[in-house]
Amino acid sequence: MSMDFFLTTMRQLLAGLPLTLNLGILSLFGGGCLALLLNLMRVTRTGNAVASGYVFLFRGSPLLIQIFMIYYGLATFGFVRHSFLWPFFREPYWCGLLALILNDAAYTSEILRGGLRAVPKGAVEAARVSGMTWPTVLRRVILPIAFRQALPAYSSEVISMLKATALVSTITLMEVTGLARALVSETWRAVEIFLCAAAIYLALSLIVTQATAWLERRLSPWQFEGNR
Amino acid sequence: MWADLDLLGFGPDGWGQVLLHAAVMSLLVSLAAFAFGIVLGTLVAWARTGRSRLLRSLAGLYTAVMRGVPDILVIYLFYFGGRQLVTAVGTALGFAGPFDISGFLAGMLAIGLISAAYQAEVLRGAYQAVPSGTIEAGRVVGMTRFTLFRRVIVPQAMVTAIPGLGNQWQSVVKESALVSVTGMVEIMRQVTVAAGSTQEHFLFYAAGAVLYLIITTISGQVFRIIEHRGLRGQLAGER
Repeated sequence: MSMDFFLTTMRQLLAGLPLTLNLGILSLFGGGCLALLLNLMRVTRTGNAVASGYVFLFRGSPLLIQIFMIYYGLATFGFVRHSFLWPFFREPYWCGLLALILNDAAYTSEILRGGLRAVPKGAVEAARVSGMTWPTVLRRVILPIAFRQALPAYSSEVISMLKATALVSTITLMEVTGLARALVSETWRAVEIFLCAAAIYLALSLIVTQATAWLERRLSPWQFEGNR
Repeated sequence: MWADLDLLGFGPDGWGQVLLHAAVMSLLVSLAAFAFGIVLGTLVAWARTGRSRLLRSLAGLYTAVMRGVPDILVIYLFYFGGRQLVTAVGTALGFAGPFDISGFLAGMLAIGLISAAYQAEVLRGAYQAVPSGTIEAGRVVGMTRFTLFRRVIVPQAMVTAIPGLGNQWQSVVKESALVSVTGMVEIMRQVTVAAGSTQEHFLFYAAGAVLYLIITTISGQVFRIIEHRGLRGQLAGER
């Protein structure tokens, strides 16, 4: 591969990076909020059943089919086409984002559940006794401990969401993979172009790995004291 | 749309037969990829725990690359790259094109390679959990390295590895949906075709999702049974 071709390809592919990051960050944010809700629901019995069912459905089937179901499937229903939501469900961007959020929520809620289970009962009781309201306990005691505990697993989830954004290229979104596919159909130099795209994702995932390792050291310094 | 459930049946207008066939193909490509992944994963795990520094860093690099690149890109690379390679070799040997490689092969190789990176991590953890005393004991009684591997390490490591391998199998099944981009007819591809030809998009994608759920649920149960059987010796000991 000539240097020239490499540089042109990279420049063309990097034009899709903002959309990839946009989808990745928004779906992690939306998925995180929904995951928190799912875990709060687990307090009641029906809520618990609903949350388990949700996790089962979204973790047991491929993301690709979920994307297609929302983008192509929902349009089958007349009431969706005639509702105020149609401007959203018509756009591949919103459908793709929704599928990513729903999928991420299922995985994140399980990670968060593991983290929440690690919160000592005593810490919560102590906070309650000292007069904190429930929202304060959640914000100042439960979530910080759970987040710290869940961070290593969550970092893999962040990487897998960044990788998952590549799938929305199948519903015509022009993020990095979508642009790569378009370039391939113009030039037929598939291997070089896909390798360039792979390098972009690899760089992103290395950044995430480094950042979460740094965050982990910041948040639980006592675990790393021995290494100094 | 629920009036059209006949479309999923086995009647003259039904897609039941082809969907079942597609499900079998999905299972086959997943099984092949998983088997390839476990063989390669064992090699990678062996390289990562070995003494050679070069092999260790190569295996580490392999794992990092495979975990950082989207699965769909790996499949594209294998599919288009494989076609370029076959075409180049074919033309050099004097055959006339067009050349093509099967989606099954490209998909199996690509998913197997990705899965190997994750399986290697599971297997490495399981290997490190084997009590070193048992390995030393095996060596002392004069076992060869292969016998030691077969009779001491594998039986103990497998018990620890089964839950992790089970999770890996589930991801392989879900990743197998991506092979549809090569045109290979498995569940995802078949439901797309059916949805396009009947215009019942939601119905067929939902049917596809249910087929995947059936496969992942049943195989999850199978792994649970195997795990239980593997633990039999330990559970009996604790009684």
